[in-house]
Amino acid sequence: MHVEEKLTAETFPASPEKATLEGKNKFLGFWLFLGGETVLFASLFATYLALRDKTAGGPPAHELFRMPLVFVATMLLLTSSLTSVYAIYHMKNFDFKKMQLWFGITVLLGAGFLGLEIFEFNEYVHEGHVFTKSAFASSFYTLVGTHGGHVAFGLLWILTLMIRNAKRGLNLYNAPKFYVASLYWHFIDVVWVFIFTVVYLMGMVG
Amino acid sequence: MSTVARKKSLIWDYLTTVDHKKIAILYLIAGGFFFLVGGLEALFIRIQLAKPNNDFLVGGLYNQVLTMHGTTMIFFAAMPLVFAMMNAVVPIQIGARDVAFPFLNALGFWLFFFGGVFLNCSWFLGGAPDAGWTSYASLSLESPGHGIDFYVLGLQISGFGTLIGGINFLVTIINMRAPGMTYMRMPMFTWATFVTSALILFAFPPLTVGLIFMMMDRLFGGNFYHPAAGGNTIIWEHLFWIFGHPEVYILVLPAFGIFSEIFATFSRKRLFGYSSMVFATVLIGFLGFMVWAHHMFTVGMGPIANAIFAVATMAIAVPTGIKIFNWLFTMWGGNIRFTTPMMYAVAFIPSFVMGGVTGVMNAAAAADYQYHDSYFVVAHFHYVIVGGVVFALLAGAHYWWPKMFGKMLNETLGKITFWLFFIGFHLTFFIQHFLGLMGMPRRVFTYLPGQGFETGNMISTVGAFFMAAATIVLLINVIVTSVKGQKAEADAWGDGRTLEWAVASPPPEYNFAQTPLVRGLDAYWIEKMEGKKGLTPAEPLGDIHMPNSSILPFVISLGLFIAAFGFMYRTEASWGLAVGIIGLLITLGSMFLRSVIDDHGFHIHKEEVLEAEKGVKA
Repeated sequence: MHVEEKLTAETFPASPEKATLEGKNKFLGFWLFLGGETVLFASLFATYLALRDKTAGGPPAHELFRMPLVFVATMLLLTSSLTSVYAIYHMKNFDFKKMQLWFGITVLLGAGFLGLEIFEFNEYVHEGHVFTKSAFASSFYTLVGTHGGHVAFGLLWILTLMIRNAKRGLNLYNAPKFYVASLYWHFIDVVWVFIFTVVYLMGMVG
Repeated sequence: MSTVARKKSLIWDYLTTVDHKKIAILYLIAGGFFFLVGGLEALFIRIQLAKPNNDFLVGGLYNQVLTMHGTTMIFFAAMPLVFAMMNAVVPIQIGARDVAFPFLNALGFWLFFFGGVFLNCSWFLGGAPDAGWTSYASLSLESPGHGIDFYVLGLQISGFGTLIGGINFLVTIINMRAPGMTYMRMPMFTWATFVTSALILFAFPPLTVGLIFMMMDRLFGGNFYHPAAGGNTIIWEHLFWIFGHPEVYILVLPAFGIFSEIFATFSRKRLFGYSSMVFATVLIGFLGFMVWAHHMFTVGMGPIANAIFAVATMAIAVPTGIKIFNWLFTMWGGNIRFTTPMMYAVAFIPSFVMGGVTGVMNAAAAADYQYHDSYFVVAHFHYVIVGGVVFALLAGAHYWWPKMFGKMLNETLGKITFWLFFIGFHLTFFIQHFLGLMGMPRRVFTYLPGQGFETGNMISTVGAFFMAAATIVLLINVIVTSVKGQKAEADAWGDGRTLEWAVASPPPEYNFAQTPLVRGLDAYWIEKMEGKKGLTPAEPLGDIHMPNSSILPFVISLGLFIAAFGFMYRTEASWGLAVGIIGLLITLGSMFLRSVIDDHGFHIHKEEVLEAEKGVKA
């Protein structure tokens, strides 16, 4: 199939993200990139686990973390992953308007998560948990902050795609782009599940 | 969407190119330049060590030269030269018209290039890094000035480039193979590139993380490696070697691939034990991730960890041994031609085996306490990296030179280069085994007379000058042949087996007028044996889709280059933060442009292809 072909709901292929060679390459290349990202986060997690008790006189994890706040943030991000699934569902059905709507909701939820994270970091700083305080603080902010940076980048990316394609609708050139952005968003979500467990839950317990 | 916009100046053409063949040439030139720089640094080291109590390079300056020699040779000479070979050959070997992501291919090159330039700027801006190429945190955190910051930021920039290159080749090899090119029909060099790319994908992120931590500690007040605030310097060692050991295989697997091609071509026999070669390559790639702590036996991890890593390390000798025997059996009964590339290949076997044997010696954890940090280790890794990788790069350069540039290199000069380099290499490094066993420590800038180190060091220095002479002969060869060399045929050596020898030298920008049908291992050899002149096409002649060139890869990389300067001088210069942010905005802005501007490429029309092909045949 050709990239610039005008398509209708009937002629739109079942897997538009893999209908062209460019799409196939993008699909596979992005999965591989996520493999590399996994190793990156694994290294950050390993370091955090090694340093999480090294507070150097600063506040320890169980005194800092506020479960209600983190729980709300987690729910926002998990829900945003679900809404991006709806967006891709509508993309596959060639329903551009509904796809945009659900991506819009995804972005709002993601922005809510990011806002809570900034609020949370701000609270910690006031309690003396600053980046330069201890090895625990450095590794905490680097791990959670790298994730937050990914969320911010993902938001800008999805927004850019939505605005750029707002007037021209779906085709086989931009379908792989939307699909890959949603893969990225799921990946961020999966990483957060681990952060929630390893950083927050384990931090609360001990 | 036509071919009009293709009359450009040479410089603009290379700044914006996304053609894998031109990117290969860029990698070759840039990597070659850094090879010369790293080589000069090596000569300075050897001059300083030629006699006891020498004062040519003393103390801190020696540390800088030593650090930059290692860093430059690994990251900015060997890696890009490997990428030069991959770019020049792999897409053609699998019957593809380009790589999967031509734009990213260019981006990978420019990131590497600006990273290397950034690192070398340190010489002119207050001093180079001085904590060794491994830059252990216990040393590097204490290093004054900005040397280590240049190392940390330069390697991050070029590391992104390498990672991008790895992903690109993985997708290219998985998705872009011509019809009939099954995995088990891929040439050995393509297989090596495939496994190497997977290693890059999983090995570079830990290095990036280690470098980010060091950047945080040195520039932003972090505490990852500061014991006083609870940090731990051993974390750097782990992260560095989780990258660093696979890196050794990232370099040497392509070398194995290059030699596999050369042995088969100049023995005029198919590679012996092809499937066991593939198996051994994959197994080495896998085991390469299981052995990093053998660099840290003396850290104090305890006998159990040391024993596990020792056994895993020794296990790698098995698949490597399989390869050595397969190469010997490829030559056995073959009709051997001793061309320059073949001489490197033959010399590689005993040289590399020696490096492998000392590797197993080092792997014995108990014995390693004796070898550790001595010249024995220096001798070992130069035997594997020079005897394996540099020999392969020199062999590959001679072997594929006609394919890349359309001219044969002079064989007589090539053989002079070989003999000078071969003799110089063994002269330099063989004696270092014994210096090490006699107790000479590595990384120390001088030694006292009367300890028995004089003769060995003098021999070693003389050997280094042989290698320098070899490099000069190679440069003369390049200049002479590019001025008046003999034009290369498509099948430049007459015995080509793989697809790259079926297309013109240098190949047209679209590589194949018609995508070939691959009918077995050594696809071109099969066609020749059946008396056919060219490849069997898999498609009718038609318009060929090509990617657009773009300046954005250059600008994205330039932005990071600027940002790195800004963030490095942030604390002491008022303009620092602003420059850092401007640099990042240039990078992100260019990425934004790349995202919003559609890029559909253009078509070369059937008639133009026919015309171009006629020109080649005539």
